[in-house]
Amino acid sequence: MTEIAEAPIVVTDARPKSQASRDAFVALLLRDVTVLRKEMGMFLGRTIMQPLLLIFVFTYVFPKIGQGIGGSGRAAEGFSTLLVGGVIASAMIFQGIQAVALPLVQDFGYTREIEDRVLAPLSVSALAFEKVVAGAVQAIIAGLVVFPLAFFIPANTVHLSIRPIYLITLFPLGALMSAALGLTVGTRVEPRQVPLVFSLLVIPMTFLGCVYYPWATLQNIAWLKWAIVVNPLVYLSEGLRLSMANGVPHMPVLAIYAAIIAFTALLLKWGIEGFRRRVLT
Amino acid sequence: MDSDAAIIRTTALTKIYAASNGQRAPVPAVDHLDLEVRQGEIFGLLGPNGAGKTTTIGMLTTRVIPTSGEAWVGGIDVVAEPARAKQLIGVVTQTNTLDRSLNVYENLYFHGRYFGMSAKDARAESVALLERFHLADRAEADVVALSGGMAQRLMVARAIMHRPAVLFLDEPTAGLDPQSRLSLWEAVHDLNASGQTVLLTTHYMEEADQLCQRLAIMDHGHILALDTPGALKRSVDADTIVTVHAGDRTDELADVLGRVDGVVSAETAAGAVQVNLRGTSRGLLPRIITAADAAGIDVEDLSVAEPTLETVFISLTGKELRD
Repeated sequence: MTEIAEAPIVVTDARPKSQASRDAFVALLLRDVTVLRKEMGMFLGRTIMQPLLLIFVFTYVFPKIGQGIGGSGRAAEGFSTLLVGGVIASAMIFQGIQAVALPLVQDFGYTREIEDRVLAPLSVSALAFEKVVAGAVQAIIAGLVVFPLAFFIPANTVHLSIRPIYLITLFPLGALMSAALGLTVGTRVEPRQVPLVFSLLVIPMTFLGCVYYPWATLQNIAWLKWAIVVNPLVYLSEGLRLSMANGVPHMPVLAIYAAIIAFTALLLKWGIEGFRRRVLT
Repeated sequence: MDSDAAIIRTTALTKIYAASNGQRAPVPAVDHLDLEVRQGEIFGLLGPNGAGKTTTIGMLTTRVIPTSGEAWVGGIDVVAEPARAKQLIGVVTQTNTLDRSLNVYENLYFHGRYFGMSAKDARAESVALLERFHLADRAEADVVALSGGMAQRLMVARAIMHRPAVLFLDEPTAGLDPQSRLSLWEAVHDLNASGQTVLLTTHYMEEADQLCQRLAIMDHGHILALDTPGALKRSVDADTIVTVHAGDRTDELADVLGRVDGVVSAETAAGAVQVNLRGTSRGLLPRIITAADAAGIDVEDLSVAEPTLETVFISLTGKELRD
C-alpha cells in the first residue's frame, strides 16, 4: 500500500457542535432509510401478514360463514369499522418496537457494531433519539400500509369518517411512542431475550390493547378496564378510532392525548438512559 | 497546531470499573495516567491483556467515562465535550464494527456523511479510499463476506475518511494473518508519513518496535516506562541477554549466576533466569553451565539474544508480555 503516502494530511478542524450534530443526525436517518429500502420486502411482509390475516378472518370469513363476532348486518359493520383504528394502532406499535429493538440486538451483540455510530459526532442521547425517529418513520409506514387492508378487505361496508386534526397529530405521536417503547425494550432487556419480549409483552399488549373492542365497552369487567390503562396501545387504538370511526365510543380526547404524550416522554427517558448505559462504560 | 505540540494530553486519568458480582474491591483499570502524544508521531501503548490500554483508548475516544482525571484531544476536553471531540478522532476498535446492513462502499459513504461531507464529496472520497486500500473490486460486497485483513483495511479507511487529528488503533493486528499484518503496518507507516498522528495499542512487541516512534509500556493501569523503542532497549543494562531455564530452582540459580565473572546481573523472570551481559559473551556460556553444574542445577535450556522490548518488559515487571 505504498501509494497511500500522497498529499499531506490536513486535519479537519472541529465544526460547531450544533452543526455537526445536525449533519450527523440527518445522515444517520439517511442510513436507516437506506437500510429500510433494502429490506422493504421483509418489512412489508412482517408488517402486513398479521393484520391481513386478522382482518381477513374476522371481517371477511366470519361474516360470510355467519359466525359470531359482531353478529351480522349492522353489528358486523360496526365491528369492521372499529377494527380499522385498532389494527392500524397495533401494527404501528408492533413495527415501532421491532424497528428499534431488533437491530439493537445486533448492535449491542458480540461485535458491538453500534460503536461505529456512537463515534459519529453527535451526543449519545441524540443518537438514541435518531433511532426513535427512524423507528417512528417505520411505524408510520406500517400504519399507512395496513390502512387499505382494513378498509377494503371486510365483507361488510366500513364506515369511516376521518377527522384530520386528530389523525395527523395522533399518527406521528403514536409512532414516536411506539418507537420509544422499542428503544426501552431494546436497551433494557438483555439482547438474547429480546425475541422473548414479543411473546411476553407485545402479544398481551395487543390482545389487551383495545384493538378489537372500545375501552368504554369494558364497563362490565371493571377490573380489566382499569388494569389495562398502563398499556400504551390502549390510547393509540382509542385515538385512531376517534380519528376515523364516528359513532364508536372512545375515551375523552384529552385523556388520549395526555396519555400518549406522557408515555412517549417516559419511554424516551427510559430508553435514552438505557441506551447511554449500554453504550458508555 | 505546531509539530511538537501535544495533540493528546491526559492528567491523572483514572478509570475504576464497578465491581461485578462476587468480585472483591474494584481495582483501577487505569490509574492516574499522565500522557502526552505529539502531533505527527506514532505512539504506542504496549502491555499485556488487562494492562489498561483499551480502557485508555476508550476514555480518549469518549466511549469510556473516566472516574477522575482529565483528557484532551486536539485541545478539546473529551469528557466535557464528547460530541465535539468525536470530530477529531478516528477509531479502529478491536472487534469488527463494520455496519453489516450496508455494503463495503456504503460503509465509507455513510461514514463520510455522518461527519458532514456532502453527498458528492462522500462519494468521491469513498471511491478514492476503496482504490487506495485495494478494496475497489469489493465495493458492492457485503461486509460479512470480507476476509479479516480486508475488513481491517476497510475499518482503517473508514477511520481516516473524515481526516481525524488522531487515528486510534486498538490492537490493530490481533487475529490477522502475517501477510495482512505486514500490509497493515505498511499502511500505518504510509499514513504517518503523510502526517497522520497515530495512537495504537498492542501486546506484540515486534509491532511496537516496528511501528512506534515513542512507546509507553503499561501494566496494571500504570505507565512503567516511556521512551523510543531504542532507548527503552538500551535502558536494560546489558547488550546481550542469556535466558537460562533450569526447572524450578530459579532463585538459587540466579544467585549462583550473578557471581559468575563477566555477568552484570542475573534475575529470575517468567520462570527462568535472565542473565545480563555487557560486551562480549565469548566464553561466558560454558562458565554459566559450569557454575550451574557446580551448584548441582541441571540447565535444561539456554538462549542468547539482544535486548528486546520483551526483555524490557520482563525486567520491569518480572513477567512475560503474553502472560
